[in-house]
Amino acid sequence: MKRAFPILAVVTAILLAYAFYEAIWVAPMERTMGDVQRIFYYHVPSAWTAFLLFFVNLVASVIYLVRRNPRADAVALVSAEVGVVFCTIVLVTGPIWARPVWGIWWTWDIRLTTTLVLWLIYVSYLVLRRFSESSQTPKLAAVLAIFGALDVPLVYFSIWFFRTQHPQPVIGGGGSIDPRMLHVLLINWLAFSCLALVFSWARYRLELLQREVEEAESLQSLRGVPQ
Amino acid sequence: MSLMRSITWATLAKDIRLEWRSKDALNSMLFFSLLVVVIFSFSFDPNAEESREIAGGLIWVAFLFAAVVALNQTWARELRNQVLDAYRVSPAPATALFVAKALGNFILVSVLEALMAPLFMIFYNLRALGAAWQLIPVAILGTWALVVNGTFFAAMSLRTRSREIMLPLLLFPISIPAVQSMVEATRIILSGDGAARFWIVLLLTYDMVFTTACLALFETVLQAE
Amino acid sequence: MNSTEFLYAAYIATWLIHGLYIGMLVRRNSRLRQQMKDLNKSGK
Repeated sequence: MKRAFPILAVVTAILLAYAFYEAIWVAPMERTMGDVQRIFYYHVPSAWTAFLLFFVNLVASVIYLVRRNPRADAVALVSAEVGVVFCTIVLVTGPIWARPVWGIWWTWDIRLTTTLVLWLIYVSYLVLRRFSESSQTPKLAAVLAIFGALDVPLVYFSIWFFRTQHPQPVIGGGGSIDPRMLHVLLINWLAFSCLALVFSWARYRLELLQREVEEAESLQSLRGVPQ
Repeated sequence: MSLMRSITWATLAKDIRLEWRSKDALNSMLFFSLLVVVIFSFSFDPNAEESREIAGGLIWVAFLFAAVVALNQTWARELRNQVLDAYRVSPAPATALFVAKALGNFILVSVLEALMAPLFMIFYNLRALGAAWQLIPVAILGTWALVVNGTFFAAMSLRTRSREIMLPLLLFPISIPAVQSMVEATRIILSGDGAARFWIVLLLTYDMVFTTACLALFETVLQAE
Repeated sequence: MNSTEFLYAAYIATWLIHGLYIGMLVRRNSRLRQQMKDLNKSGK
């Protein structure tokens, strides 16, 4: 098991390099936007990865509330944190893409706005975990995750209707996609998913180590060993 | 069921009585609400045509700040006197306590809004060009949306560092669809341009979803403190 | 086209954010391992 991690890390690095090459040199040039469109190959996979991670957090939170399994709680924390990392990338690359193409940094684009609200909810989740001094923080965090999940469809609908009343540009475009572009998109998605896995695995081991250290510390203070 | 109702009623009556006897907190909140309206009026020139358009948003942001101030002290009294511990060991259902607290906050915030709304109307020369009666369900549903989650998150924030900032930090992101609905509905009703029905329905949905969630999960939060 | 700079900015920003996160993980890891070592030493 221990050897699997470095192997995964190396494979991920190779995949990311290959995906980068595909995105910059192999993918065809987009007709209207030009080279800038290639941001798409980083923006969209990051979004999918972030949403997947947040979904994992929801499942882990529910499992924790039902079973009180501390490992489920560790998974919840890890997936939230890594999810916020990828979500941040979506929110940073989105406006960088929008500016040259549509002339504006921000718009109430439904996907981007939903991503923003998700980011806010999960940052507040991480803040709660860090600031809470209750011994039952995992339970509180799990409850917050459920509230967040309930909120997301409502956010989506409210923005959707808002946009029908106040027409706004759509970032990222809809419609069909050139199969060659789809191919590059999927390769980048695979690469970033592997990166998310690497991050999560490392962070999970870190979390277990942290809990070990905390336990050892409290054991020592119980025994009265001078620190 | 009637046990729940009597506990809820007793807790609510106690809160109102205590609040009424020491009017300090209430008075300072009322003054704060007044200050908010005045500051907004200075910042967003009421004579400008644009301000009338955003008046809906301004009012609800002001209500939001007033609500946070009210919500922050909602559990303070219970904490001071170990009431929560007593509640935890008693056979009383946790939901009764939550409903009582939420209703108490609802009444308190409604009082604040009843002060601020006329002031806004005066400063901004507001007239409802649309169906004015619709403002009532918007106000009720909107206030409940803020109060129900606010009371819940206030309980979650009890044992955190910087408790006062934790509440808005948790409340604001989750409240975004509700705030958008309140603001849009108010804007539509004031300007008479369009139908607010969708937003009112969305607010109603929001309220039902989160009232259910709060009632279902409050026991967990209470035990977790 | 001028907009290619935005392409570079987006990709660099992405790797910057990932890099910062990796850095944080590495730093916390070494700090925890050090703490563990200290605890084992004082415990023995």
